Amino acid sequence: MILSLMVLPLAAGIMAFIIRSDPARRTLLLWTARAHFLLTALIIYVYLHFGFVFSGEPAAAVWFDYDPLGLLFIGITSLLFLGASQYAVTYLAAEKRDPGEDADDGFIFNNAPEAVFTGCLLLFLSAMTAVTASRHMGLLWASVEATTLLSAPLIYFHRHKRSLEATWKYLLICSVGIALALMGNLFLGAAGLKTGAGLDLAGLLSNSGALDKPLLKAAFLFLFVGYGTKMGLSPFHTWLPDAHSEAPAVVSALLSGALLNCAFLGILRVNAVCSSAGLADFTGGILILFGLFSIVTAALFMLGQRDYKRLLAYSSIEHMGILALGIGLGGGAVFGAMLGALSHSLTKAGLFFTSGVVLAAEKTKRIADVRGLWRRAPRTAVLWLAGFFLITGTPPSGIFLAKFIILKEAVALKHYWLAGSYLLFLAILFAGMASVFISMTFGEHEAKPGEKPFAEPSGMLVPAAVFFACVIFAGLYIPGWLAGLLQGAAANISGKL
Amino acid sequence: MHTFAELIIVLVILLDLALAVTGALSTCIRLVALQGVVAGLLPLLAGAGAPHTRAVLFAVVIITLKGAVFPRLLMRARDKSGARKDVEPLISYPASILLCLGAFIASSWLGSRLPLPQAEVAWIVPASLATIFTGFLLITTRSKAITQVLGYLVIENGIYIFGLALFVEQPMMVELAILLDVFVAVFVMGIAIFHISREFDHIDTAELSELNDWRRGEYGK
Amino acid sequence: MEIIKPLLQYLAVMLLAPLLLGVINRVKALFAGRCGQPLLQLYFELYKLFMKTPVYSRTTTWVFKAGPVIGVSAMVTALAILPFAGRPSFLAFDGDFIFLIYLLGLARFATVLAALDTGSAFEGMGASREMQFAVFAEPAFFLGLAALARVTGHSSLAAMFGVLTGDLWRTAAPVLALLTASFFIVLLAENSRVPADDPNTHLELTMIHEVMVLDHSGPELAYILYGAALKFWLFGSLIACMVLPRHSGSWALDSGLFILVMFAVAAAVGVVESVIARLRLIKVPYLLITAFAFSALAMIFQMGR
Repeated sequence: MILSLMVLPLAAGIMAFIIRSDPARRTLLLWTARAHFLLTALIIYVYLHFGFVFSGEPAAAVWFDYDPLGLLFIGITSLLFLGASQYAVTYLAAEKRDPGEDADDGFIFNNAPEAVFTGCLLLFLSAMTAVTASRHMGLLWASVEATTLLSAPLIYFHRHKRSLEATWKYLLICSVGIALALMGNLFLGAAGLKTGAGLDLAGLLSNSGALDKPLLKAAFLFLFVGYGTKMGLSPFHTWLPDAHSEAPAVVSALLSGALLNCAFLGILRVNAVCSSAGLADFTGGILILFGLFSIVTAALFMLGQRDYKRLLAYSSIEHMGILALGIGLGGGAVFGAMLGALSHSLTKAGLFFTSGVVLAAEKTKRIADVRGLWRRAPRTAVLWLAGFFLITGTPPSGIFLAKFIILKEAVALKHYWLAGSYLLFLAILFAGMASVFISMTFGEHEAKPGEKPFAEPSGMLVPAAVFFACVIFAGLYIPGWLAGLLQGAAANISGKL
Repeated sequence: MHTFAELIIVLVILLDLALAVTGALSTCIRLVALQGVVAGLLPLLAGAGAPHTRAVLFAVVIITLKGAVFPRLLMRARDKSGARKDVEPLISYPASILLCLGAFIASSWLGSRLPLPQAEVAWIVPASLATIFTGFLLITTRSKAITQVLGYLVIENGIYIFGLALFVEQPMMVELAILLDVFVAVFVMGIAIFHISREFDHIDTAELSELNDWRRGEYGK
Repeated sequence: MEIIKPLLQYLAVMLLAPLLLGVINRVKALFAGRCGQPLLQLYFELYKLFMKTPVYSRTTTWVFKAGPVIGVSAMVTALAILPFAGRPSFLAFDGDFIFLIYLLGLARFATVLAALDTGSAFEGMGASREMQFAVFAEPAFFLGLAALARVTGHSSLAAMFGVLTGDLWRTAAPVLALLTASFFIVLLAENSRVPADDPNTHLELTMIHEVMVLDHSGPELAYILYGAALKFWLFGSLIACMVLPRHSGSWALDSGLFILVMFAVAAAVGVVESVIARLRLIKVPYLLITAFAFSALAMIFQMGR
């Protein structure tokens, strides 16, 4: 059953390359996403009621199996992809009718063939599923590298100079980062050499006491840098703003909402091994340091930002920093970080979807050129503003809950300077984003010459609205099964099997 | 066997130095291919006793891939993109060679600090770390896109040699997965280079700097 | 008995050194398809020059006269330290390789001073080029000799080469191979051979060593030419001693073999000169930095052993 979760999008992706008709391909995308989501929901239900998942192929269980952490992340990914597929179908149809033109240089977009886009999208889902299900660090590595290679053509959908530059940077920086993660895997294998643990998680966790400490520390450092590059932690984040601003909105949503989480999963797995080996202080210190540094970087770069998609990208960096901070603090903050991961993915995806509609309405990515959105596209403006409040952690957002839990833990552990600077930079971020979002939404809208009234595509707005509703719901009341899943994930991170 | 393996490691280090100073692109591609072949031969020589058939098979696959397939892909990318023949380094020859030497000294020191399971062929660790550093040097100080791909391949070579130092036996599936990833990465990068050359009329990545946070002027992103 | 053999060796070196340059010229002529100069040409030139009277410019002082004399004396002294066929010469002592390097430096200093003393622009240019390349060549040479001292575990040249047998090559092959390569490059640079400098060029602007000695004549020019031959023997014998896994025990056999290898080294230099073109002046430091890199690598390998 677990294997079918991966094989389904793989087969669909290959078929997408072969199918010639665009509507048929879009239908395939939609139904594959729905089937994937149903299958994921089924697996989660089975796990919650029976405590384990029928794998059906016991030999494969050493490679692919689900624990609460993996289930949480695959749940997020599948839900996100469901919304993204809905958005993508409307988006691709609109792009085919009118590719649009670049706001500043004025050339008409030359788009990649839809088959490539849809096919890579489905294969990308397959690779991400493999990452969440991996029980072997080597396989996890190969899957993360596969996601890099499969998402590069997605970024290069609008084929022009800037997107090519973004794609090249993304490809090179992430590949080099993943190569460093391979070094980390080698160190991890060496740490367990005396005990014969190999690289599978079960072996590593059960033999964690006998692992060689200096080698394990070196392994953590390399894996942290490698997967941290993919996750978007400062100072390895340099590819993120470019890739997010040049990619189509659906791709940015998937990158921010799902891919960063998958990279984070790599760090979480090795953190589990280190915690159960007794190195929790060491790993916690590094996570806190880089988490805080990411928040600071995001805050500094966000002020004076001129492109709203780039702004959202820096917001992603900030949230990844918060998650790292939460994991580093340990204890109750881990639950907060997991809740934050869930809420951030949904909110950021919704925001990117809305930004795609804004781009379609205003045809420019510059903040300064967008004014009075509420006149031009009222429903979009409502979602835009709602998204802003949710992402910055205004109650009743799930993100507010997550940030609050992390703050509470920091104060409880007497890290007063840490808590103080955390609050300060979050405030700076809120101020920066507030000025941008409010200036974009309100004000007088100057009609550009030849501008027609904008028909808000509901196919692109409904997924965003649904995601925001989920986040508000999570901020008010966390259902028992979700709390159980989050607790289980937190336990996995601290090193229990 | 022992001194033979040592000589091969010396050859790897000399190849690093040569890579740091080569001026011609085709020589660079061939040197990286040679380094890949040498790295592929190393496990057959460094282990004790006769190698298993599995190891021999894998070595053959690696040597074919790194010695024949990758150079051909890169040469095609270079020809299709019409790149100029020289490498265009951003730092001078003496600086490159001294940086490489410095990296080797640093990696020797690091290697002595690292507790390794087997201490037989002790030179593998500094050689591999120096190779990884040479790869980074190639990526950062050369401005052509192809040399950046070559730098990535050199980093992968160094990591592979490093794995030998730790004598980590990975399952066949994982080794194949790694090799497949590297192959697809080089393939995708080759395609990207072709697109870059078509879009920009050159493959000078120093020119890829339009996306920027604080640029003044018309298009400030 | 211990004084006769070293003395014989020393006399042999003094007599045979000019023959090496003849061998180089003959090999080059062979490559060029001509008959070439006689092997003993340098002897005839030395004899001719000794018969002449020197001519001095009015701008020169005693420094100009002293330069060649100091140069050749330094070379003659250096050869007293140098081992012959792996056996010690009569002046060997601990740390003598540092003495050797300083003697070479003294010879270079005297030549450069004599060149500057003439007040001519060409010699000044040659002097500056010479010192610029010495900046790169001397560290390479020094580091190489230091690495050699570490490998063999002795600090006297004679003792070092006494230990250098086939066994040492088997255990420390990479180090010794790198050192041989480094010494060969330094030999080419120090003796003004292609690719560092073309000894046959007649254009002053392209000269490095020859331009410094343009104004010397008569016996002083003879000293300079003889000193150059001795310098070539010095570097060549270092390489020959490294390559020769000696020590059959018989003095006559070893010496004969050694002299043959010296001729082989000279022939190798001749081949290199015929096959490679001379490097551009800005690239000569790159060549010497490569030699330095080889020496440094050998040293690092040895220290990690």
